[in-house]
Amino acid sequence: MTDKFTTDRRQVLKILLGSSLMAGSLPLFSSLALADDKEKLKVAFIYVSPIGDAGWTYQHDQGRKQMQDKLGDKVEVKVLDSVPEGAEVERVVRELASSGYKLIFGTSFGYMNPMLKVAKAFPNTHFEHATGYKTAKNLGNYNARFYEGRYLAGIVAGSMTKSKKLGYVAAFPIPEVLQGINAYLRGAQSVNPDVELNVVWVNSWFDPGREREAADTLIDQGADVVTHHTDSTAVVIAAQEKGKYAIAYHSDMSKYGKDAHLTAVTHHWGDYYTKEVQAELDGKWEPGSIWGGIKDGMIDLAPLNAVVPADVKEKVEKAKASIVDGSLHPFGGPVVMQDGKEVVAAGGSLSDEDLSKMDYYVKGVNGKLPK
Amino acid sequence: MSADTLVLILVATVAAGVPLIFAALGELIVEKSGVLNLGVEGMMIVGAISGFMVAAESGSLWLGVLAGAFAGMLMALVFAFLTLSLMANQVASGLALTIFGIGLSAYMGQAYNSVALDGLKAIQIPLLSDLPVVGKLLFGYDPLVYLALLMYPLLVWFLYYSRGGLILRAIGESPSSAHALGYPVIKIRYLAVLFGGAMAGIGGAYLSLAYTPLWSEGMTAGRGWIALALVVFATWRPGRVLLGAFLFGGVTIAQFHVQGMGVEIPSQFLSMLPYLATITVLVLISRNAATIRLNAPASLGQAFHNEVH
Repeated sequence: MTDKFTTDRRQVLKILLGSSLMAGSLPLFSSLALADDKEKLKVAFIYVSPIGDAGWTYQHDQGRKQMQDKLGDKVEVKVLDSVPEGAEVERVVRELASSGYKLIFGTSFGYMNPMLKVAKAFPNTHFEHATGYKTAKNLGNYNARFYEGRYLAGIVAGSMTKSKKLGYVAAFPIPEVLQGINAYLRGAQSVNPDVELNVVWVNSWFDPGREREAADTLIDQGADVVTHHTDSTAVVIAAQEKGKYAIAYHSDMSKYGKDAHLTAVTHHWGDYYTKEVQAELDGKWEPGSIWGGIKDGMIDLAPLNAVVPADVKEKVEKAKASIVDGSLHPFGGPVVMQDGKEVVAAGGSLSDEDLSKMDYYVKGVNGKLPK
Repeated sequence: MSADTLVLILVATVAAGVPLIFAALGELIVEKSGVLNLGVEGMMIVGAISGFMVAAESGSLWLGVLAGAFAGMLMALVFAFLTLSLMANQVASGLALTIFGIGLSAYMGQAYNSVALDGLKAIQIPLLSDLPVVGKLLFGYDPLVYLALLMYPLLVWFLYYSRGGLILRAIGESPSSAHALGYPVIKIRYLAVLFGGAMAGIGGAYLSLAYTPLWSEGMTAGRGWIALALVVFATWRPGRVLLGAFLFGGVTIAQFHVQGMGVEIPSQFLSMLPYLATITVLVLISRNAATIRLNAPASLGQAFHNEVH
């Protein structure tokens, strides 16, 4: 009996010893794991739509790839696409933050409030939101001056139009879209003063059928260069089929209309993503409020179609250089509204504040802006 | 407005109405047999992606159209099996079919997002197509448009002048009477549902192969629902379905032209106009309660058990 008892006690001791050894080694294991985590920064990207072959999300993903090409050995990247704006966002962001993602990029306007909410709950995680306006200690935002590219595209359109009528398929009358419309027309007017612009609102960011109908309508009304601020390739395809010109948006869409595609206003996020991830790796990340343009490499034009004459190309290059060095502002005065009211006199230019509140057409746009 | 613009609007109207005509005429036959299939949107979009995939891979647009019809039929078969063989609730099954179709098409189409494809071209009839106004208005469409227009007299003949149509309508009115007379109710309803699926599939394939032509997720954008509404508001009469489809297409196109001309109407209001106009007109012309009762299939939406109770 006693013998058995001692054996038991010995076994108990063994177990105790073993588990204390285990416990002792546990912190060692976990610190090892932490060190591994530290070496590979976990970065996440959340997109609103499928990545596809062209468009807003595709450009963000190209930027993500460029970042990974440079920093791939130091980061672990997760991509979530087709996350619709709404209740789902908060759950997704929260899950990422709680599973160790230290830098989270969200690329749709509607992600702003959910991201802000999660940012407050995870003070040690950093968040970056595209196209919004709210920031926090650990939430920055970034956006691009799309209108600078629109101005350059306008120069191309104004030079190539024979009917002096341009067409614009637009999604919603918000400042960002209006900046694009007005800058485009001003660019066109800079080379062709009496060019006109017709705008058709489709009230949707993405509806290929309606975009197509809108493009057809504009072409029927005499526009011979059409462009769009919507997400599909339908407008370029319409122009190609009808033998007109098109200027694409977001991505180079030349493969959808090799004759029609004059150029495209393209978005480039790679340098920005690389910079931000590098800052995070160095422990120097700070919440910024970035509005980058051509100068920062965020906006550019796709290669011009071969039908665009050399002198037009030269004008575009010149304007581009002037925008970069600051001597040309797409909304440099005089900026005149449709009804003839002057917004900014010669010599001045619209401030960023003015731009972010834009709610009018400039002179030369036909039709009345829906309010 | 010049005559030229008017012609352009009319031509665009016809094209905009065609997907609705396919889907709505198909659904009309289904409902006339007493089955309510709310899955039109789902069958359309699966037809759109299947047609696009097959056309992109094989290079043949017509094979694509066939694939669209076939895919629509497969979807309809699922619905028919659930509601006709398993007696599941038709409304719930139809809604599920739509949700399933939207998801399935997105999954199938992943690799085909923004693939470039040469769409179905308008036919050119020597001499006729070159006639001034008439040429454009009558002889300048792609073949699917003519197929849609041909479906109308065919279906009118079938429904009202053929024995098959009579049986179909009898089953829609009173399946138990038809059954008592010895007609295979379930089999005929199966055929009607499959036909509806094929038509919705072709309507979807028309969108992805001729109208836009491209594939993108969610591209039917509610057209299946509009087709469903057209059938009801047209009080199950093919002629009025056709009228409703053209009206809807016409107002959609016209509102873009109105915007382009700079008329001071908010574009948001114009966007809702097609729905408003179509429903108002159809309700007004069909407001006679007696004719509605006469045309509405009495057993619509009710499951039919063919064993003796």
